[in-house]
Amino acid sequence: MSALEAASISHSFSDKRVLKQIDLELKEGRIYSIIGPNGSGKSTLLHVLSRQLKPDHGQVYWKQADLYRLSPKKVAQELALLAQVNDVMDLTVEQLISYGRTPHKSMFQRLDEEDQIIIDEAIQLTKLDALRKRNVSQLSGGERQRAWIALCLAQQPKVLFLDEPTTYLDISHQLDVLEIVTQLQKTQNVTIVMVLHDLNHAAVYSDEVIVVKEGHIYGQGTPKEMMNPDMFKDVFNVQADIYEDKDNELLRIVMMPLKVRVQKVR
Amino acid sequence: MSKKEALRDRAGWKGFIVVIFAVLMVISTIFSIQFGSANIPLKDIWTTFTGDIQSDFQNIIWNIRVPRTFVAILVGANLAVAGVLLQGIMKNPLADPYIIGVSSGAGLAGMIVLILYPHLPHILTPVAFIGATIVAFTVYALAWEKGIAPTRIILAGVAISAFLGSGISALMVFYSDRVQGTIDFMVGGLSARSWPQVEVILPYSIVGILLAIIGIRKMNLLMLGDRTAKSLGARVEWIRFSMTAVATLLAASAVSVIGLLGFVGLIVPHTARLIVGNDYRVLLPASIFLGAAILTASDTLGRIMFAPIEVPVGVIMGALGAPFFLYLLRRKMV
Repeated sequence: MSALEAASISHSFSDKRVLKQIDLELKEGRIYSIIGPNGSGKSTLLHVLSRQLKPDHGQVYWKQADLYRLSPKKVAQELALLAQVNDVMDLTVEQLISYGRTPHKSMFQRLDEEDQIIIDEAIQLTKLDALRKRNVSQLSGGERQRAWIALCLAQQPKVLFLDEPTTYLDISHQLDVLEIVTQLQKTQNVTIVMVLHDLNHAAVYSDEVIVVKEGHIYGQGTPKEMMNPDMFKDVFNVQADIYEDKDNELLRIVMMPLKVRVQKVR
Repeated sequence: MSKKEALRDRAGWKGFIVVIFAVLMVISTIFSIQFGSANIPLKDIWTTFTGDIQSDFQNIIWNIRVPRTFVAILVGANLAVAGVLLQGIMKNPLADPYIIGVSSGAGLAGMIVLILYPHLPHILTPVAFIGATIVAFTVYALAWEKGIAPTRIILAGVAISAFLGSGISALMVFYSDRVQGTIDFMVGGLSARSWPQVEVILPYSIVGILLAIIGIRKMNLLMLGDRTAKSLGARVEWIRFSMTAVATLLAASAVSVIGLLGFVGLIVPHTARLIVGNDYRVLLPASIFLGAAILTASDTLGRIMFAPIEVPVGVIMGALGAPFFLYLLRRKMV
């Protein structure tokens, strides 16, 4: 069933058209990666889909309802965004995560036992048990990112949007983040929509990739359908060799500058 | 985690600090009523309030000391709350009531009254208030583009303040013989403030501080960053707009009563922040009490230090408060 739909959305910043008449359909319970070069409009697309940025033209539908006409609070009960940049907070990990319950509470309502259980689950899933009383400002980059993800999890979203969640992290922490996301989709059927910079990660961790080029959708499909040398040449301006890992059917991509002639070793 | 941090994170510690600030406010209130050109025994203050026995000091207490202290408390609280809100809204540690043009607006309007219409002292406060509000909303209008952009506000505020500042300077040049009478207003002073000023500021204090309290959770969400706040269902633009309006009314009512008192709106919130952290549930009450306490204590000090000369409260606060703040800042950094 289609969960999120975009109908001819366009958006401009000042005079620059960043999104041009984009149509998109996202199904429930799948992992989507939005990829594209810098300035292609992928972050803007993510923001439009997650109700952060009302597009100049076009509609976004969440389960057939106009996303931007729903109340922000109602939307926040079902959609969550992990922002690209998060400030260092003077809060404990647990306090930060507890803010995730905000959309499920009325203005002066306090957190109850049920909220605490949900917060605990988020802490366990992100392996922050030992750090729950620690101040967020004292965490390492990877731990901090997990804490912010846990904040989104406490929101219990149906769709989780992530804006370049692995940027600035060590490789092991990058994989931690992607594993958490995969687990979330597998165990709780959460739809994941993320902007990813690393194309190998996109190939391995996505059910579908959405390729954005100059404000258009270049294509949408499974990694195998989309990740081919032509696409890399057209969109990223690089030469790519794509290998398939026969054991678990995963793609491995090796990229090089276009001008260099590469001898294929197969 | 160091021992100091462990202590700081312990539950209840921050609440305790708030109580200490409240106690400081009460103590400085008592001092403020007690000390001045005539020192009043505590016993007489007590009997005046209980109304048991007629005291010789009744007149001084009711008509001079109490209202003046009242004004000091309200001005201190208003400016501190305005500052703590603006710093959160603008995401800028330098944001204070000056930035949004409130002070320069009140300044020019006040100077016009004091210099050109010195025979109409009673219109000073309302005119200054109107000037402050008009200028603040002009700054917002100039900075508006699909919402309030913090940087644009700050830049527009600085530019407008410079513009109005030149107007103030021009007045001082052309009417240099009348400048003497404006000093109290220009540096922020409380002499001769009484019940009429209380009446001006009190409604704004009550409404403004109540609205700020209602906004506590929203301000906390804003602290998480615009995107996360939105993701959690907050109407970020609306929070910015409404809380800036609240801060404007609080600051405008304060400066129109006391004059161009700097420092409180900037340093008090920072001091409170350094001590209790960023959570507005604690930060807001801490700022209210600390602002009221510091202003009341400084005013009392200004009255008795060089008696019979009264040093305006703005001078005392700058001279004592700034070094104290620097001390806190250094200690926190080490």
